[in-house]
Amino acid sequence: MTRALILLPLAAGALAFLVRDDAARRRLLLWTAALHFLLTALTVWGWAEGGAGFEFFPPGGQAWFAYDPLGLLFLGITSLLFLGASHYAVSYLAGEKRDPGEDAEEGFIFNNAPEAVFTGCLLLFLAAMTAVTASRHMGLLWAMIEATTLLSAPLIYFHRHKRSLEATWKYLLICSVGIALALMGSLFLGAAGLKAGAGLDISGLLAGAAGLDKPLLKAAFLFLFVGYGTKMGLAPFHTWLPDAHSEAPAVVSALLSGALLNCAFLGILRALAVCSAAGLADFAGGVLTLFGLFSVVTAALFMLGQRDYKRMLAYSSIEHMGILSLGAGLGGGAMFGALLGAVSHSLAKAGLFFTSGAVLAAERTKRIADVRGLRRRAPLTAALWLAGFFLITGLPPSGVFLSKFVVLREAVRGGRWWLAGGFLFFLALLFAGMAKVFIQMTFGEREPREGEKPFAEPSGLLLPAAAFFALVLLLGAWLPAWLDSLLRAAAAGGAL
Amino acid sequence: MHTLAELVIVFVILLDLALAVTGSLSTCIRLVAAQGVVAGLLPLLAGGHFQPRAALFAGAIVTLKGAVFPWLLLRARDKSGAGRDVEPLITYPASVLLCLGAFIASSWLGSRLPLPATGVAWIVPASLATIFAGFLLITTRTKAITQVLGYLVIENGIYIFGLALFVEQPLMVELAILLDVFVAVFVMGIAIFHISREFDHIDTAELSELSDWRRGEYGR
Repeated sequence: MTRALILLPLAAGALAFLVRDDAARRRLLLWTAALHFLLTALTVWGWAEGGAGFEFFPPGGQAWFAYDPLGLLFLGITSLLFLGASHYAVSYLAGEKRDPGEDAEEGFIFNNAPEAVFTGCLLLFLAAMTAVTASRHMGLLWAMIEATTLLSAPLIYFHRHKRSLEATWKYLLICSVGIALALMGSLFLGAAGLKAGAGLDISGLLAGAAGLDKPLLKAAFLFLFVGYGTKMGLAPFHTWLPDAHSEAPAVVSALLSGALLNCAFLGILRALAVCSAAGLADFAGGVLTLFGLFSVVTAALFMLGQRDYKRMLAYSSIEHMGILSLGAGLGGGAMFGALLGAVSHSLAKAGLFFTSGAVLAAERTKRIADVRGLRRRAPLTAALWLAGFFLITGLPPSGVFLSKFVVLREAVRGGRWWLAGGFLFFLALLFAGMAKVFIQMTFGEREPREGEKPFAEPSGLLLPAAAFFALVLLLGAWLPAWLDSLLRAAAAGGAL
Repeated sequence: MHTLAELVIVFVILLDLALAVTGSLSTCIRLVAAQGVVAGLLPLLAGGHFQPRAALFAGAIVTLKGAVFPWLLLRARDKSGAGRDVEPLITYPASVLLCLGAFIASSWLGSRLPLPATGVAWIVPASLATIFAGFLLITTRTKAITQVLGYLVIENGIYIFGLALFVEQPLMVELAILLDVFVAVFVMGIAIFHISREFDHIDTAELSELSDWRRGEYGR
């Protein structure tokens, strides 16, 4: 099953480069996404039925790729997100074909990358992310995370113009160099386990954690944290993130924010689990808490005075990555909050990026100041845009609310009042900053532009967003038993 | 038996310094290739007895770093019409001083780290200094090609560091990492080609349209 999950998108991706008919290629994308989701659902179902004796993860086994609850959770997010993204992408690509080319901001004409390359990279990107969630070896995990960088770079450069190229270059270089540090970290980890003969296999590391060399393990964690933290978009290593998210097509931004950042977080969680098992939970947790809070602060400060609404969403992703890191760092019940946050943030943010694509189609600009009175021109889009705002900022009932609340409660319970206070203050600041933008864009008035035609709202772009928003809402109101136990098992596997 | 390996380590350090002073882009590309080749041969020189697996892997590294990468990068240089010079942001003497400083700091750090004894003198300081030289290339040289070279130098440094720590990775993992590096250079090469076409130059210091504070004008 694990093998099929990785090989299916790999084969489909290779095939997509060869298929010349657009319609056939789009069908291939839809079917692969649906089949991948079906396989994922079967795997999760198998886990829920089989419990601890789940056959795909033999304890002590030396498999390259296998699933434990933590990997399974992130696989579920990735696969669900890709299912929505594939439907969005098909509508989007059809629209781009009819009407290619004029830049929304500077008005120059540009070409798109060939659709075959875009679809092929999209599918290969899914294969790499699936492999990340299944990797049972720290070296292999590194190789797969780096592969996600390389395969998503062509996606950011779909619109071939200067700004997207600049974003792609920064993304490639900063992430490749940053992640090279994580390779150093893996080597340190290997050296720490040399005497104990622990190797770099995750099961072996966890089993032999007591015998690991402590100073080397600390060095390993720091390098892994900085390396994967760069990819995850934690401040101050986040500089590539706003550029890439604002210049990529909306569907790619959604996948980067909702799936890719989580994959990097998984890398950090693997390192954290080893540290916890070796009795360094306080040290590792301290690092995660510090940088988590710093990311929330950074996001809040950059949110104020933001002029581009896709960049604003990108900074909101940095905020949420900060919350995940904070939750993982606090440990205990907060870890559960962080993982629930990963699920609900992915869905809500992907939905918002999908909607931002429809806003861009309606208004032809990414400047916040130029979008006013969206509810007149595109009422459905405006309603979803506003709904997404309520969900992402964590107004109840929303899965995001639940996760923020749990993290906050754990901070208070641990007696860390300054931390809880600072966290709450900057969350309020973020809420205020985003509220201003969303309300101005949705309501407000503006003169009709010259030659502006009435806008037909693209249902293909809005439906996936609406579906994701409904799921986030559902998560806040009702957590199904199987998801609850998966989250608990994953939280136990991520850190102690 | 380690004398030969130690000689190679000295050579790696000298190549770092040479990279810091070289002003010619094509020479830089060849220096990085030479460093990759000697780093790839290092396990064979230090290992003692012959192992077919190690020899095979070393062969793959030497082919990739010694032949394929320089060919790709020289092609990218010609196609993108990049000039002959590397155009550093700081002077060459300053680059050398920084490199020497990094080497001294690495020696100190190498003696402080509780690493397993390697038997090959200077291997840890040399690897750390090489990583630093890579960062130096990325931050103080403006062309996109020199940034790729910097990335490769960092990768060489990390590879040597892995040898120094005796961390034996399974062949599949080593190959996956090598494949990543290959694809990275390949994708970056394509990006360089596009940058030269869009911007008529490959000076990354000019890639500054995207930022938070000048957003309103979009750099115009």
